[in-house]
Amino acid sequence: MTSPLPHQPQDTDQLLKTMADQYGYDFRDYAPASLNRRIRQHVEQHRFQNIGALNQAITDDTQAFANLLRSLSVPVTEMFRDPLFFHYLREQIIPWLATFPFIRIWHAGCATGEEAWSMAILLQQAGLLDRTQIYATDYNEEALATARSGIYSSGLLSLWERNYQDSGCTGKLADYCLQKYRSLRMSRELQKSIIFANHNLVTDSVFGEMHLILCRNVLIYFNRHLQDRVLKLFRESLHAGGRLCLGPRESMRFSSTAGDFDTLHDEWRVFRRKGGSQ
Amino acid sequence: MVKLLGDLSASYPLPILLVKHHSAREGQGTGKDMVSWLGSRIALDVQLADDKCLLSPGTVYVAPPDYHLLLNRDGSLSLSQDEPVIHARPSVDVLFESVADAAGSQATGIILTGASTDGAVGAQAIRRGDGQVMIQHPETAEVPVMPKAALKKGDSSEAMELECLTARLLDLARKEPGQ
Ligand SMILES: C[S@@+](CC[C@H](N)C(=O)[O-])C[C@H]1O[C@@H](n2cnc3c(N)ncnc32)[C@H](O)[C@@H]1O
Repeated sequence: MTSPLPHQPQDTDQLLKTMADQYGYDFRDYAPASLNRRIRQHVEQHRFQNIGALNQAITDDTQAFANLLRSLSVPVTEMFRDPLFFHYLREQIIPWLATFPFIRIWHAGCATGEEAWSMAILLQQAGLLDRTQIYATDYNEEALATARSGIYSSGLLSLWERNYQDSGCTGKLADYCLQKYRSLRMSRELQKSIIFANHNLVTDSVFGEMHLILCRNVLIYFNRHLQDRVLKLFRESLHAGGRLCLGPRESMRFSSTAGDFDTLHDEWRVFRRKGGSQ
Repeated sequence: MVKLLGDLSASYPLPILLVKHHSAREGQGTGKDMVSWLGSRIALDVQLADDKCLLSPGTVYVAPPDYHLLLNRDGSLSLSQDEPVIHARPSVDVLFESVADAAGSQATGIILTGASTDGAVGAQAIRRGDGQVMIQHPETAEVPVMPKAALKKGDSSEAMELECLTARLLDLARKEPGQ
């Protein structure tokens, strides 16, 4: 389907410049390979002649820009995605979180929110949810709206249920949602502790004093320079000793911030900000 | 695959990016099994591709299950979780298109046995960038669907036996230091 348009680097540069200058969304430090692919796909799906024509369209028309923005975001996620990672969270991170009187957690790039809801379930099971504030952020408003509603298609439940079991949780995921016809809604009990908010990792600033930050499968869309900046943002947003979890194929080793963190778990890319007691 | 890569020595100067389809039923795991399986059978260094790592010579980078693998123009790898393409993530089309962009005429794409048409569009992108496409001869492939699809738009001279593919890989290394 994605028949390759010839590559037009100058046109792409101009498009990214318009997005940044006119709309304040700066994609210039995204990883070119995946970004180019999404731009090309957008050009084809919306039947623009070429990238230059797309640039003209977003210059003239806010709706054309909104459509493009939506195409560039990849809000793919699952409940208890990487079940063994969630197992690790439950066994190793939650007991450490329990030592704090009040807990603050940030899911950066939460997409449609499943990861934040999964975290809320773990905290509920550990009896910690009442003293936790979860912030879940993304720049994709549409994905955030789904996240906030907590309403998902029931068709996903069997996969999620399997993830849930594999992560070592007892009972059923279905105990935490209300099923209606073809959709399910996450329990209101969980909702009280989660704030879903718009935050752009490229342009927005530090986010409170966090004990735990999860930013999984978001950095893969950035080039090394932007990864470095965002990792610094996380360092500034974490308590000394705070934990940072990246996606399983993402790493810190290309960033100047690497020295400010210890590796806690190599396979699941869990890091601890240096300094402080533990 | 082992047959093809097994004849390359550890000092082989080119990096190799590898996409292997998994059936949904297989349960993909993390890909580490596949890496150690292949690594113990060939001389080249085999790694699970890490996001943004720079290519080094004589290394096979395996696309992690559930991620697309792409090449940036600066010679670093990128992963993505974009939609599967023809039911595949990782997808050969996605890899090949990015390699065509990044390496142009220095790109070489190889298609082996496989049960989908993934790779055909990507092979076309490599041809358009003046790169080379080599395809396992459908008659010698266990499942000929993928080689056949890739050959449709290509030249019949692109199809060859595995031995011949290996020889061509060795040739490439002599000709083109670099990509
Ligand atoms: C593949 S999803 C990852 C979802 C979840 N963290 C997971 O691992 O399951 C990537 C998300 O990153 C978000 N994202 C990309 N660039 C961003 C930015 N600059 N600021 C905030 N979110 C961003 C996208 O909108 C998308 O929802």
